Amino acid sequence: MSSAPDTWRPSPRELERREIRRTLRRRSILVSTVATVLVLGGLLIGTVSSPGWASVKATFFSWDDAKAAFPSIWHAFWTYNVKLFLIGEVLILILALAVAVLRQSRSPVLLPLRIIAVIYTDLFRGIPTILLVFMLAFGMPALNLQGVTNSLFFWGLVALVLSYGAYVAEVIRAGIESVHPSQIASADALGLSRVQAMRYVVVPQGIRRVIPPLLNDFVSLQKDTALVGAAGVFDALFAARDYANYQFNFTPYVVVAGYFVVLTIPLARFTDHLQHRAMERERQGAR
Amino acid sequence: MSEALLEVTDLRKSYGDKVVLRDIDLRVRTHDVICLIGSSGSGKSTLLRCLNLLEQIDDGVIEFEGREISDPRIDPRAVRSRVGMVFQAYNLFPHLTVLDNCTLAPRRVHGVTKGEAEQRARDLLARFGLADQADKHPDRMSGGQQQRAALVRALCTQPTLLLLDEITAALDPELVGEVLTIVRELAEQGTTMILATHEMAFARDVATAVCFLDEGRILEQGPPAEIFSRPREERTRRFLSRVLPPA
Repeated sequence: MSSAPDTWRPSPRELERREIRRTLRRRSILVSTVATVLVLGGLLIGTVSSPGWASVKATFFSWDDAKAAFPSIWHAFWTYNVKLFLIGEVLILILALAVAVLRQSRSPVLLPLRIIAVIYTDLFRGIPTILLVFMLAFGMPALNLQGVTNSLFFWGLVALVLSYGAYVAEVIRAGIESVHPSQIASADALGLSRVQAMRYVVVPQGIRRVIPPLLNDFVSLQKDTALVGAAGVFDALFAARDYANYQFNFTPYVVVAGYFVVLTIPLARFTDHLQHRAMERERQGAR
Repeated sequence: MSEALLEVTDLRKSYGDKVVLRDIDLRVRTHDVICLIGSSGSGKSTLLRCLNLLEQIDDGVIEFEGREISDPRIDPRAVRSRVGMVFQAYNLFPHLTVLDNCTLAPRRVHGVTKGEAEQRARDLLARFGLADQADKHPDRMSGGQQQRAALVRALCTQPTLLLLDEITAALDPELVGEVLTIVRELAEQGTTMILATHEMAFARDVATAVCFLDEGRILEQGPPAEIFSRPREERTRRFLSRVLPPA
């Protein structure tokens, strides 16, 4: 039984098999490397050998211009874009969760709120985000309301939150609805209230399932922070345009693109990591 | 002894440091019905999954139809298209009707035409008393019906070996009967099967051989009469005294 010492040594056949597996693995690594080099190399050569490459290189990939535009773009990026989405994401999650849960509620008292939630998602998903930015950033100050800020940054943020809140609310709702009814039944059976069942059983499972599409929306939001530039907030894109218009060189646009990419990759890896961890924890040994 | 359909030699499987199967030797000939018994966690399910190449083994050799299938160069799909498997939790595809569940593999894997696949599936469903369920979705049926449908799905590919993984464990006693009746019928028709089961009475009646697994080893194997009435090992005796109704 288990008390017997385990004297197992891999048999010659097993060692041979491991060798075969190693060979197969090496072969697939080789194939993937060759395929990657061929495809990426082909694309690179195709681009560089195109007739207009010299002028594209001078106007889009000028090292000097990149260096010159770097600090002002960084400043604008940090003070506007990064702040916009850091604050925005938190507010969007709260708003979207509230709207999604509200749409799932069954209490008769909440009917008016349910109606508002439905109208809100239908309406704000329908309006292009840039129009919302214009309407709020220019319209709200124009109302001349007492004690209401005229800050473009503030109204740009509100526009983004309202627009993305509607999208994210639908994503979260889809997650909540994907939780099997038997989960609600067993929460009911334990005597949990409807709200408690949502809070402790349904929402945590639902959210976990929709993390990839949520991340998708957040990456999209990070990029759409550039829309507030259209209303006059001096964000990274605005700063790049400012430089480009002065110097007749488009390199700063590439620099801005680089900023956005660098920003989104860590977030993507972080969510991958979270998901992986959750899966390890919950699915271990599951068959 | 005739040529073995499946032969397992010195099989070993571990998850990290935890060895779940060791020194497994097993010979299955055509028309055999092998029952794997033993407490939960003794390795019955893992053994079945290894035979179907759902798990990569750590040592030993599995030969099926005279070919070593534990070779990494073997295409597991070729093996699985000859081996049927039914799971404890049915694992029917909930988005497909019963008929579509049963015709998916014949049509997509075996290249059977739609008409022929459906005919075959309907015949089998009718034989198993599910003729009127063919166009329903699995979740609308009872557990017993679902498990019978899962059996039909496995049979539709005309496998030479059927692996049944505690297929009655999730069913209430009344429904266990209806599923076991079918398995008994299959056995009588000469279907070669390996089944992990807790149904001792069934194993005693139907099995050609019983293997008692304990902590990842086949502690004892032999004809059911021998295992159930004269177990050699103390551990087997203890297990049987707990699961068999007092005589």
